[in-house]
Amino acid sequence: MANEASKAADDVRTQIQTVLNGQNQPTVTVLSSLLEIQDVLHYLPNEAIEETAAFSKTTINEVWSVASFYTNFRFTPPGDHTYEICWGPSCHVMGAQQILKRVQDELGIDREGETEDGKVTLKYGTCLGACAQAPVIAIDHHHKGKITTEFAAKMARELMA
Amino acid sequence: MTVAFAELRERADRRWQELNDTAWIRVGGGVSGEAAGCDDVIEAFNSELESSGTTGTVTRVGMYGLCYAEPLVDIKTPDGPRVWYANVTPEQVPGLVAQHVKGEQPVIAQAFGYEPAHEGDVLHGVTKLEDLPDVAVQTRIAMKNFGDIDPLDLLQYIANGGYAGLEKALDGMSPDQVLEEVKGSGLRGRGGAAFPTGLKWSFLSGNPAKEKYILCNCEEGDPGAFNDKAILESDPHTLLEGLILAGYATNSSKGFIFIRQGHDEPINAARKSIVDAYEAGLLGENILGSEFSYDAEVVLTGDSYVAGEETALMEAIEGKRAQPRYRPPFPAEAGLWQKPSNINNVKSLAYVPQIIARGGEWFKSVGTEKSAGTALICLTGDIERPGLFEIPMGLTIRQVLDDVGGGAPGGKRIKVLQTGGPLGGVLGEEAFDTEIDFDAMSAAGAILGSGGIIVGDEDVNVVDLTRALIAFNQFESCGKCFPCRLGTTHMLETLDRVCMNKAYEEDFALMDRIGTSMKVGSLCGHGQLGYNPILSAVKFFKDEFDDCINKHAGPVGAFADGSMITPTQTRP
Repeated sequence: MANEASKAADDVRTQIQTVLNGQNQPTVTVLSSLLEIQDVLHYLPNEAIEETAAFSKTTINEVWSVASFYTNFRFTPPGDHTYEICWGPSCHVMGAQQILKRVQDELGIDREGETEDGKVTLKYGTCLGACAQAPVIAIDHHHKGKITTEFAAKMARELMA
Repeated sequence: MTVAFAELRERADRRWQELNDTAWIRVGGGVSGEAAGCDDVIEAFNSELESSGTTGTVTRVGMYGLCYAEPLVDIKTPDGPRVWYANVTPEQVPGLVAQHVKGEQPVIAQAFGYEPAHEGDVLHGVTKLEDLPDVAVQTRIAMKNFGDIDPLDLLQYIANGGYAGLEKALDGMSPDQVLEEVKGSGLRGRGGAAFPTGLKWSFLSGNPAKEKYILCNCEEGDPGAFNDKAILESDPHTLLEGLILAGYATNSSKGFIFIRQGHDEPINAARKSIVDAYEAGLLGENILGSEFSYDAEVVLTGDSYVAGEETALMEAIEGKRAQPRYRPPFPAEAGLWQKPSNINNVKSLAYVPQIIARGGEWFKSVGTEKSAGTALICLTGDIERPGLFEIPMGLTIRQVLDDVGGGAPGGKRIKVLQTGGPLGGVLGEEAFDTEIDFDAMSAAGAILGSGGIIVGDEDVNVVDLTRALIAFNQFESCGKCFPCRLGTTHMLETLDRVCMNKAYEEDFALMDRIGTSMKVGSLCGHGQLGYNPILSAVKFFKDEFDDCINKHAGPVGAFADGSMITPTQTRP
């Protein structure tokens, strides 16, 4: 059992090292490294912090300071699907608050995060960038505009099914 | 014209001719198009053309700006008019293909606007696109190519006059002449501070250092504003040409385009434009055979609003926490990696190619005396025609709301506007006659800022809207300066009490004290301006605050129906 766990951790490390060494843009930094790792793993495990520190020849503390600052970084695996609801003022005026409340009821949670079965991650977006189509949601990064509360609830039910 | 550019122009013209030799179907994309369902429409066109054996090209162009009409499709047959169709559904596609693409007969009943093939041609029963009220009022400079070209095709940009400004500069203008042209144009920065762009560049051009950087800010975290991302999505080469010209005028060595992660469409468009520009000899060593060499790169940031502040932006490119630096030293002396740097907003740079190609005097002739050019207005919220519109400076807010936006839906009264992003103002009707230019707007207590105007009708509660703005400012405080970090939190708690009808008259003075401390005690605009929404909301809507504080008229917004959800209150 212990062997299996340490083997899995080794695999993650190898994967992270591949991502780190595969960065071919001219500007490679702690932040660019963390962004690329999260793109592949969808979260930052402890190994990501350690490997980025080693790769960037800096301390684990320094890497944590960056990772903990930007709100897109997460440190546990996300659900199978991501459900983002925009609460920017354009969407707020168009009824985002009711949508948020209704979707939370459907998902059975009262904050950002994962549903109990781990199927869906709910995220609040400060602005998804399609303000003229407000209110806007994004499911697995596909934007959908001018949505009704009913439609938002239906999408949540489909993801939970 | 240099030989290198003449050859590019020739290829571009051939490409444009090819596209116009068969039926050309252009579908408006961008994030806004995606949210409206444009990708299903594109798929329907492709499969219908194939199954019906019809010849034609389907292109996902950028946005035209008329977001309310999305999915917006236009069809142009070789000898016919170009006809736009609004709110197209996949179900309408077979009919459009059969009648307009194959039969070359526009579907008059569904048409939204047209552009004649030859001057004087008339399409009866349809309005010319340029005569629609929200198009007629526009002067499109930065948005010149929006909706017309494939943003990912360099040749289509060149065929429409692209890189002519750069070619003109490299083939006969000294860097100082380019700088003078920009100074003479009266261009002021579009990021919010409205500082004269030419003057800003001159701080950098005077610095003799060898390595100097131009940083283009497309962080655009402002909710309600999407014009920077729209430029990258719809016409990335306009920005890139502006970035190269800024580099030439200031003798800089490299340009960076700074975008928030997750906005894949603008990111991919920017990256592709850079790759193609290198390949065409528009970037790299000896651009177009001249002595000038210049590099460009896209750099991503994580989610952080303050990363859009100019010194925090440099920290983020260096890979650190996006927190502002002390000034001095100013970026033009010691910026990114301590090298002299200049930060420009996307919109500011997007004007530059036209300023060089057509002259600074021409640009100065558009707009008002002190605010030359246009404003890219993102109109959203309770409005009949939401979208992105490029209007000459000097129109009044009311003209924008009525002529461009068509008023609030359902004949309701427009009560409140939120302008300039979450650090801007909350305006009442008394301010609607203000002219849209930098100075008139700030005199009215509203910054033009990024150009976002969020409209609220008579049903919107201003206290609740103000709370949403302060919740954003609290969530996005970077935490470096304690007056901002603690002040925004304290202010949000106070507003929560106001919303719940549990506040006191003294709380006005309390919020004022907090706001003043933030203003004098914060390094960047986030803290300095973070009190603006409350200040302006109380000025215009004191009675609504009174309803909550003195009259106890009942909880408002999300507090009223128990659906109160506070977005994550602090950074992890």
